[in-house]
Amino acid sequence: MIEVKNLTKRFGPKVAVDNLSFTVTKGEVLGFLGPNGAGKSTTMRMVTGFFPATSGDIQICGISMRDQAEEAKTKIGYLPESAPLYNDMTVSSFLGWVAEMRGIKGKAKKEAVSRVIDTCFLQSVAKQAIDTLSKGYRHRTCLAQSLIHDPEVLILDEPTDGLDPNQKHEVRRLIKELGKEKAVLFSTHILEEVEAACSRAVIVDRGRIVADGTPAELKEKGDGSLHELFRKVTTRDTAKVA
Amino acid sequence: MKTALAIYKRELSAYFTRPTAYAIIIIFLILVMALTFTFGRFFRIGDANLEYSFFFWHPWLFMLLAPAVGMGLWSDEQRTGTIELLGTLPTTIWSAIVGKYLAAATVCLAAVALTFPIWITVNRLGEPDNLTIFSGYLGSFLVCCTFLALTMLVSAFTRDQVVCLIVSVAICVLMVLCSYGDFVIEASKNAPRWLVEAMLSFGVWDHFRSLMRGAFRLQDFVWFTTLIMASLIGTSAILSARRS
Ligand SMILES: Nc1ncnc2c1ncn2[C@@H]1O[C@H](COP(=O)(O)OP(=O)(O)O)[C@@H](O)[C@H]1O
Ligand SMILES: [Mg+2]
Repeated sequence: MIEVKNLTKRFGPKVAVDNLSFTVTKGEVLGFLGPNGAGKSTTMRMVTGFFPATSGDIQICGISMRDQAEEAKTKIGYLPESAPLYNDMTVSSFLGWVAEMRGIKGKAKKEAVSRVIDTCFLQSVAKQAIDTLSKGYRHRTCLAQSLIHDPEVLILDEPTDGLDPNQKHEVRRLIKELGKEKAVLFSTHILEEVEAACSRAVIVDRGRIVADGTPAELKEKGDGSLHELFRKVTTRDTAKVA
Repeated sequence: MKTALAIYKRELSAYFTRPTAYAIIIIFLILVMALTFTFGRFFRIGDANLEYSFFFWHPWLFMLLAPAVGMGLWSDEQRTGTIELLGTLPTTIWSAIVGKYLAAATVCLAAVALTFPIWITVNRLGEPDNLTIFSGYLGSFLVCCTFLALTMLVSAFTRDQVVCLIVSVAICVLMVLCSYGDFVIEASKNAPRWLVEAMLSFGVWDHFRSLMRGAFRLQDFVWFTTLIMASLIGTSAILSARRS
């Protein structure tokens, strides 16, 4: 469903993503782990078609993001890192607008909006203006936006960032649930999340994949602890730089 | 194009859920009427075609107000990060540019159209040439759209609305001043001829004045549409460049 081959992104002389390859198939939740600045968000922005790759190939459900971006984008639901929203709208009018942008109209639109409001527990704020929402609700509104067209591919950039423990738990459960019939790629730097929600995880450091496997396999590599492995594969590189 | 319509509707309702559009429209109406009846000496000169008393003031107001309408178009989108949403929805950058631009232009159209009482007034008081008045309105709207397109171009460069406002006002003021009568007379005493010519063709007055007088000249329409199209194309180029 998501096929990424030799993806590279340079910002001037700086290499943010370095020859990255991975695939996510239907029914799989791939956790994207890595320290801040590893290139997780940059990768996701390329996969979602927000900006072009310097080189490499991205296929979404067999559609090339470079050649048929508009069509490929219809397959993706995306939650950007900062959960951006139009502050002048209400939650339900914003969700309705996203539905319209995705070609959902009339009765189907109403149903889609109320479905995602239910899934993301937004009933209590549905009529509220977005700029009066607390951070957790903003995040969930943006998550709801990514689910409105029931996409085949879901890309979530730090979906649990800024949520309280209950909400974190709910979102992880939701990701796991959605992962049964979609291809999900989500990034995090919270290692517990990997075990809670992922079927597979990669650790990215300075734009490269440094470890790859199921949570159990990764744990084994780190002598029984993900933290151990994370420190091992990511500090080695920063130590080299320093 | 369906997405352009959705973007247009969203932008337009955003203008009217915030106080921006109301404030700008009301300020425009108050100022234009005040200028018409004081410095414009509307009653004294009996200017039934509204040329000197009314339309004359429009570029002076638009050079300040059009940037206020357009300053948030892309800078806000970049500041709040919603450009990332827009850029990953199945739409094209052109749909977004056209949708947003037309929404801002609609606000300006509303401002211009709401001056209609003065048109009724001149028709009551005298026998104006309504075609000339229509032409004046058209010219006025085109000047406003041109300033708006330039503002949109500037807003693509920055995430800061205030910077966008200042820079676009500066450009628009320059376009109004550099071909204004007194200024040109002053300049032609010292500046080389080609510079004066360049100033005249860059400024709005040559093109606006003929429309104000009811003369439809092809060259003016070419001038306005070229500037508007160039700004929109520039906007798309800048936005793409900033993303890569
Ligand atoms: N628009 C940009 N221009 C220049 N450098 C950028 C840009 N976006 C990201 N970077 C750089 O690319 C690297 C990866 O960033 P990012 O993908 O946001 O990391 P992560 O999401 O893993 O924390 C960082 O060093 C960051 O400074
Ligand atoms: Mg990030």
